[in-house]
Amino acid sequence: MTRHRGRGIASVNYPIGMNLGGDPSQALVHSNPSGKFTVALSSIDLGQGMKSVTRQICAETLGVPVEDVYVDTADSDTGPHCMGSFASRGTHRVGNAVMAAAREARGVMMEAAAEELEVNAADLETDGRGNIHVKGAPHRSISTKDVAIAAQFKQGKTISGRGIFLVPLSDVDPETGEMSPATCYAHACLVAEVEVDDETGEVDMVRMDSAYELGRALNPRLVEQQLVGGAWMGVSHALYETPEPYYPEPVHGPRDFVEYLMPGPGDICPHDIAVLERPAPDGPFGAKGPGEMCANPVLPAVANAIFNAVGVRIDDLPITPEKVLRAIKAQGGARPQPRR
Amino acid sequence: MAKTALQFQHNGRDVAIFVDGGTNLLVALRELIGDMTPKFGCGQGGCGTCSVLIDGELHLSCLTLAEMVAGRSVETLDGIKDGPNLHPLQRAFADNFAAQCGYCTPGMLMAAKALLDRNPQPSRAEVVEAISGNICRCTGYEPIINAVLAAASGGRARA
Repeated sequence: MTRHRGRGIASVNYPIGMNLGGDPSQALVHSNPSGKFTVALSSIDLGQGMKSVTRQICAETLGVPVEDVYVDTADSDTGPHCMGSFASRGTHRVGNAVMAAAREARGVMMEAAAEELEVNAADLETDGRGNIHVKGAPHRSISTKDVAIAAQFKQGKTISGRGIFLVPLSDVDPETGEMSPATCYAHACLVAEVEVDDETGEVDMVRMDSAYELGRALNPRLVEQQLVGGAWMGVSHALYETPEPYYPEPVHGPRDFVEYLMPGPGDICPHDIAVLERPAPDGPFGAKGPGEMCANPVLPAVANAIFNAVGVRIDDLPITPEKVLRAIKAQGGARPQPRR
Repeated sequence: MAKTALQFQHNGRDVAIFVDGGTNLLVALRELIGDMTPKFGCGQGGCGTCSVLIDGELHLSCLTLAEMVAGRSVETLDGIKDGPNLHPLQRAFADNFAAQCGYCTPGMLMAAKALLDRNPQPSRAEVVEAISGNICRCTGYEPIINAVLAAASGGRARA
């Protein structure tokens, strides 16, 4: 029995969101009489951090502290329409919608403040700490709370804004078949190192090194947590999990978590990640988003690493010990490839 | 079938409920006591999110008959905080981004607490072993392992 080390690389060019039907998302922003703001969405946060990121985007656009913004989401009965949380579109699509809504709300807020301070709204700026003052004259100031109270009880204004983000539908060129399926692409490259046991066919992850280019990272810790966790979903798809192990034969499908294999805490390996920030021209504050791309490059990189280790090409997933062993037997033994 | 009277300690408080024969502890905690912190994941001991401590020992509440805890002490995630103050493990989970969707988190925290209660300075391998009965889809485990190590004796864990 020998354990063979192998290294594989994969790069991906990942479209953010989709083109079908314009892929719209809406957001509504309004202030409460307390001067705090509510963002209404129906976009679902499954734990990726979309509530945090849209809260940051709204606060930054309004010019108020992040603590003054509350994101109310996950109810499609009461929130404005959203296509959904998929295709890595949350930060980009929903973020853009929130930005547009916050911009409109900011306009009303500045008008209301201008009326209170008896100045022109164009001469006002926010300090990001909950105050609005005349440019160059910070003492001529009013708090957003007082503006909200004046708008609500005196001026009869709703400090609110509507936002939608819609990608122009790209038609297919009838001559060439060309179209533009997305407006914004993220990129990643991942190197996986594995160890393959030529007696059992088992594949162990040794380490991963990756670089992700995902526009501006609006919340670097959330980006990191998605990249770390998402890579293991990729490993899981590459090596462990499937509802149909003998597809298209439906036999021996897993029935529960005992039979549906996923990596456990003992299966993980070190993963070094570099995040490269190249702001997207049409992203909110330049953001694209990590999303599904966290998992995507892992699968081909692992398949390539297995080829590098024992010389077998497995092209259907997951790459189970059985498939590795059968392939090694078919070629008459492991054939380690040169390591570069 | 007649119901059975059952008394036990739930997070330090005496509770008394009537259970049907065969009711498991997870259902008793969630539906009869109203403690929603232990989660229903698989119902057959494969995922760990229903983990609770019984007399300080880690158990899967979905596989434990409620009647077996008569007279014993059951601790759930709901009981580990100190008033408004989070337990050091909860604090460390937040600081280390060890939760995303949060569904595995109650079980992870109870498994980690069971470990730290008997071994305040675990090695990384011991942490991995301690949470190996719990599965997580989102985090890749790394932030959870780091959080438990950070919480262990205020961060002075062995390498």
